[in-house]
Amino acid sequence: MRFKLLCRCASALCFAALLFLVFNPPVADAQGGEPQYFAIRGAKVFPVSGPPIEGATVVVSRGIITAIGKDAAIPPEAWVIDGKGLNVYPGLLDSFTDVGIPAAPPAGGESGGPRRPQERANGPEDRPASMPWRSGADEANLSDKRIETWRNGGFTTVICAPKGGFFPGQAAVLDLAGEHAGDMVVKSPVAIPVSFQGTSGFGGGFPDSLLGVLSYIHQVWLDTDWSMKAQAIYEKNPRGVARPRYDRTEATLAEALEDHALVLVPANNRVQLRRALELIERWQVNGAIYGGQMGYEVAPEIAAKKLPVLVDLKWPEAEKDADPEAKPSLRTLQFRDRAPSTPSVLARSGVKFAVYSGGIGAPKDILKAAKKSIDAGLAPDAALRAFTLSPAEIFGVADRLGSIESGKIANLVVMDGDLFEEKTKIKMVFVDGRRFEVHEPEKPKDQPKGDITGKWKLSYTTPEGAEDSTADLTMDKDGTISGSLTSPHGSANIISGSLSGDKFTFTVNIVLDQGPTDVTFDGTFDGTSLKGSIAVMGMSIDFNGVKPGNAASGVATQGGAR
Amino acid sequence: MRTTTMLNASRLRSPILYVLCLLYLICLPYSASAATPPEAPSVVLIQNATVMTVSHGTIEHGAILIKDGKIAEVGQSIKAPAGAQVIDASGLFVIPGIIDCHSHIAAESINEGSVSVSSMVTMEEVLNPDDIDIYRDLAGGVTSANILHGSANSIGGQTLVIKLRWGQPASKLPFEGAMPGIKFALGENPKRSNFSSRGQPQRYPATRMGVEETIRGAFSEARDYKKAWDDYNKRVAAGEKNLIPPRRDLKLEPLVEVLEGKRYVHSHCYREDEILMLLRVAKEFGFKVRTFQHVLEGYKIADELAAAGVGASTFSDWWAYKVEAYDAIPYNAALMTRRGVIVSINSDSAEEATHLNQEAAKSMKYGGLSHDEALKMVTLNPAIQLGIDKRVGTIDVGKDADLAIYNHDPLSAYAVVQKALIDGRVYFDREKDIANRPEIEKEKKALTEKLKKAEKKPEEKKSPEKKPEEKPKPPAPASTPTAAVASQGGAL
Repeated sequence: MRFKLLCRCASALCFAALLFLVFNPPVADAQGGEPQYFAIRGAKVFPVSGPPIEGATVVVSRGIITAIGKDAAIPPEAWVIDGKGLNVYPGLLDSFTDVGIPAAPPAGGESGGPRRPQERANGPEDRPASMPWRSGADEANLSDKRIETWRNGGFTTVICAPKGGFFPGQAAVLDLAGEHAGDMVVKSPVAIPVSFQGTSGFGGGFPDSLLGVLSYIHQVWLDTDWSMKAQAIYEKNPRGVARPRYDRTEATLAEALEDHALVLVPANNRVQLRRALELIERWQVNGAIYGGQMGYEVAPEIAAKKLPVLVDLKWPEAEKDADPEAKPSLRTLQFRDRAPSTPSVLARSGVKFAVYSGGIGAPKDILKAAKKSIDAGLAPDAALRAFTLSPAEIFGVADRLGSIESGKIANLVVMDGDLFEEKTKIKMVFVDGRRFEVHEPEKPKDQPKGDITGKWKLSYTTPEGAEDSTADLTMDKDGTISGSLTSPHGSANIISGSLSGDKFTFTVNIVLDQGPTDVTFDGTFDGTSLKGSIAVMGMSIDFNGVKPGNAASGVATQGGAR
Repeated sequence: MRTTTMLNASRLRSPILYVLCLLYLICLPYSASAATPPEAPSVVLIQNATVMTVSHGTIEHGAILIKDGKIAEVGQSIKAPAGAQVIDASGLFVIPGIIDCHSHIAAESINEGSVSVSSMVTMEEVLNPDDIDIYRDLAGGVTSANILHGSANSIGGQTLVIKLRWGQPASKLPFEGAMPGIKFALGENPKRSNFSSRGQPQRYPATRMGVEETIRGAFSEARDYKKAWDDYNKRVAAGEKNLIPPRRDLKLEPLVEVLEGKRYVHSHCYREDEILMLLRVAKEFGFKVRTFQHVLEGYKIADELAAAGVGASTFSDWWAYKVEAYDAIPYNAALMTRRGVIVSINSDSAEEATHLNQEAAKSMKYGGLSHDEALKMVTLNPAIQLGIDKRVGTIDVGKDADLAIYNHDPLSAYAVVQKALIDGRVYFDREKDIANRPEIEKEKKALTEKLKKAEKKPEEKKSPEKKPEEKPKPPAPASTPTAAVASQGGAL
């Protein structure tokens, strides 16, 4: 019997070893995982915690930075990377996002415990749109395609929280790589975001206005406070005392507050910012502001309260497809003009701030948006800090990441030039010491036939019925396609795209009901029209594209009433 | 005497001028986009004006001395102290700043319409100091306004009185020391029988009886809540340990304040029966109604209103816009006044508030009130109703220097506000406003050009980036376009 058992164990072991070999082949060019010792030699290193060091070596051992400096000893087992002409930065942090959470959770409660069905709330006691127990750490999943997109853009770490509702859930610090979802989690929870965005609308359930939302959140904090106190009193002497009611919202918030989680409060314009300062004071929580784009007006007031700000890098722009006669107000124009100056004003006023992607869909555009702030007066090293050490400090993980220091997590970005230069290319990214080579988006093989630039109306039939989208495409000489897609489900920038010969392809990431989803358009371009298929969630949908106004297409101009 | 001045158009012969006045009001929004609060001179002297004090008659060629925002002297001729800012008001008319007892301006959100008792919400939290309507109303001579929650609920949100300090942050708007209020609403709006959202169950109550029951129910709860806290506090005071305190309830706390006389009730209403109902409920629970708002059938029960000591804040001549407004008459304000009710004329609309002076004047035509009685309807009377008459509402020594200066008798249709002062600071100056317009247009144009270049296809821009901002301008207030203003309809 014992022998049999041994045999079984041995065969299991063999099988496991085989599996290991299959899935972790010990070849050098494998993505992620192998080898575990690196030395980048002779690079310009930006530790952020100190001044840049020319010709320095960074040693990475089993996920940790073990040495940095001009004379850092290179261990014999390390894979040496020639860093000549390369810049090494700490891995970038996106300070507030849901990258890492692949899709909206199922409505039912089959796995995550009972979820409150979306019923009409009749008051705060019904806890409308509140799921503070959800967590970026629990819902993180490597299947989110954006993980790779973000990583390839130099982002090694995100502050990730679920979205939706007034208490959408808790934020966690995630590293954007791992074998299992759990590998990603650096710390959790680090923050409790709140939102003032309701969904019910006027006449729906409580709350249906900003007024109601604020009163609701006040009541929740009061209840949480009461719950903590009442429970403690009850535990001391339960006899003869009515037992305080258990409430999941109160219980999870109480626990998160005990973990010193930051409460993230939305505020973008000056009225909202000043209101947020008052709210944080009233709630008596460790607060931080997200949004912050009009910080240039109220920076000293924020500084006086010593509150950190997460600045949304999706700068305000002219309204798309606005009435051509509509003239924006001076305030609107000023806001659009000055928003990118907010980081520099915050820096001057001594406000601790970090930056986040906001609604930006491509990492390249995140850095481009940051460049606007540099152009508006932000020192480049301060900009770098806002992507690295500052968010690490704000979220309490500066002891383990955010800078290139011995003992910290080996999150690194290696580039062939300055981080904020548009031409600079990312060569490789290290996440937890795993090396990821960044492949340039594939260049079109053949010279493009014709110019695909322009506004295209794409028509197709989804399972729900006929639908149109507009693709606004811009093609470079080499056939690289950029631009945006506007669909009934929302708009998104094109992540990658090209025209090679007469074959085109472009991909966007759009938030569908199921969550953020990659949608790829493939097909042929005959000079005047597009024909091809849309790949989305395993489906393939045929589509036709025409340029409205193009006589050859035989389609009347959009909105071209005669 | 002034009645004739006001009613015949002899002062302004040309109708073109009237059109110009209207045009001027329409143009205002474009000229006030960048607000910075005005300077605060410590001494201001307004002289050579026709001063309509409201409390003690009209002073021809009068003067008002203002020191540190308060009226220091009112009289015929006052010598300008050294360093005083002098406003020559020759040919101009000064009245106390207009007080609008029913306003929905300056708020990002008006109605929490989901529940029939929404006393947990408070207008103070959603004040929007960047609302252009503040400036427009200021240009109509309004210096204080009672900012009310909407009328979707039997018991609505908490309200407050603000001063129209355009350019100041939200925290500087509240009228210091003014009693906070709460909005109630009776009749069609709270019973929601005329409103239903698709797919949504109809909200209780659906009848006037239900409205009464809702208010009664809420105050019963509030009474219990107060008792629970009183009991708890008593037991703690007696030295009991380890007691679990009652939960704080933001919905009931303001109702307890009403019961304790620490919060005014401003109740939207139309019909006499519902008005009398609320008076009975108030008596039963031992609280006072401070004002009835709209109160279009007030003339039918003027004696009861006077006996209850409750204020009436009504419209000048709006009627028949809904079924419960069918019995409204333009004589309402005058009739109630004659029976001893304190009556004010309110706007309930940002536009109406720009000419409350004219609305007040209508009570002279309909009901024959005197010039001063009419003027009181938008100055002293609303001040009394809001409990701020010690501070504002008349031109008297010691009061706040909240003043409106007109080019004609303020009860004339030709009168246009030239300046509006709050706390002795000129928050609206018509001349300056007009003078600033070209520059604002210029700045808009320059910014539009600059943004067009910056926002459109930055990749194609081959030329190197320009140096950041040649000369940084002092930051002027602005408001984000993303801040959607959720004004969910008025509260008629």
